[in-house]
Amino acid sequence: MKVFLLFFSAIFVNNFVLARFLGICPFLGVSKRLETATGMGIAVTFVMTVSAAISWFLDKLLISTGLEFLRTIVFILVIASFVQFVELFLKKTSPDLYEALGIFLPLITTNCAILGMVLLNSLMKLNFVEAVFHALGSGLGFALALVIFAGIREKMDLYDLPEPFKGTAIALITAGLLSLAFMGFQGMVKL
Amino acid sequence: MSRLRELTKGIIKENPTYVQVLGMCPTLAVTTSAINGLGMGLATTAVLTMSNVVISLIRKIVPDKIRIPIFIVVIASFVTMIDLLMHGFAYDLWKTLGLFIPLIVVNCIIMGRAESFASKHGVLDSMLDGLGVGLGFTGSLVLLGSVRELFGNGTIFGYKVWELKIFLEILPPGAYITLGLLSALFTYIGIRRKKRGEAK
Repeated sequence: MKVFLLFFSAIFVNNFVLARFLGICPFLGVSKRLETATGMGIAVTFVMTVSAAISWFLDKLLISTGLEFLRTIVFILVIASFVQFVELFLKKTSPDLYEALGIFLPLITTNCAILGMVLLNSLMKLNFVEAVFHALGSGLGFALALVIFAGIREKMDLYDLPEPFKGTAIALITAGLLSLAFMGFQGMVKL
Repeated sequence: MSRLRELTKGIIKENPTYVQVLGMCPTLAVTTSAINGLGMGLATTAVLTMSNVVISLIRKIVPDKIRIPIFIVVIASFVTMIDLLMHGFAYDLWKTLGLFIPLIVVNCIIMGRAESFASKHGVLDSMLDGLGVGLGFTGSLVLLGSVRELFGNGTIFGYKVWELKIFLEILPPGAYITLGLLSALFTYIGIRRKKRGEAK
């Protein structure tokens, strides 16, 4: 039961972008077109879930050897090498997907959503299954927010905005309204 | 004179938050009050300055192909140090900033400065560059934190200003909307300045 609660609360209540403020850079950066936003959402969900699984074992190893203070360094190296691995793997096996994701793949390394996810799992002391589902939910939540936001921004290009609001300013205000809408989910799931 | 410019350019002209739109996650997340913004800004400045110095020192011996992982390890080591120091000496602040202290590692500003400046320039210039950009970042965080604290809680740095309290300002939507309005204001000032320059 706790697994389902974690999964759904990660998508709606504690949405990574709109409530926890993680992964804002790609959220603002790659949300200009719906297609790229979808690709980015899928890539992040995948990397997030697998990194959470790998890091769970490493975290246990660090705790048992008393080297917890190395957590940040170890996790970021795991994420960086895993992203590199995914990049090489995709290049060989499915060049189409590799082309479509392009520059966003290497950029996932510096996406704070991934490191945040892994550290959060470690802080919340989740067991393996919970950690993986928590990561999957968070990734899907990120993808959902990104896709909705990209949809709104595509429409917004058609409107005539006052000069100072063009670009970042209106994007941030839109994100604020979206976050307001997601606050409606608050209190639905209690952990 | 040119040295001084390395220091000041990051504060206004190349302000990381309002002009370059970098490092958004901590900017939005920790600015519920001015003091939190200040703490986060100073922690980031410390990491940025030290990592810039070290990266500038080792820039000639690092092979080009694996420079990014090496930079990340350097940055992560300094972040771990700051994390432990804050845990020891500023426990309350450490607790409020929480997850966002280890996340300084993936702050794009730091990696950005390492890659675009420190790996190409001398030690002193890199240090000043790190300090300037860091202070620019701190300034933006304090500004956003003050505005949110003022409207959300009626105080600035804990001193009472008025009774007005808009609860929304402290919540996540408030962060986005306030930053959006501030960034529109900065763009507006930029446009007016340009127009005045053209008129002259």
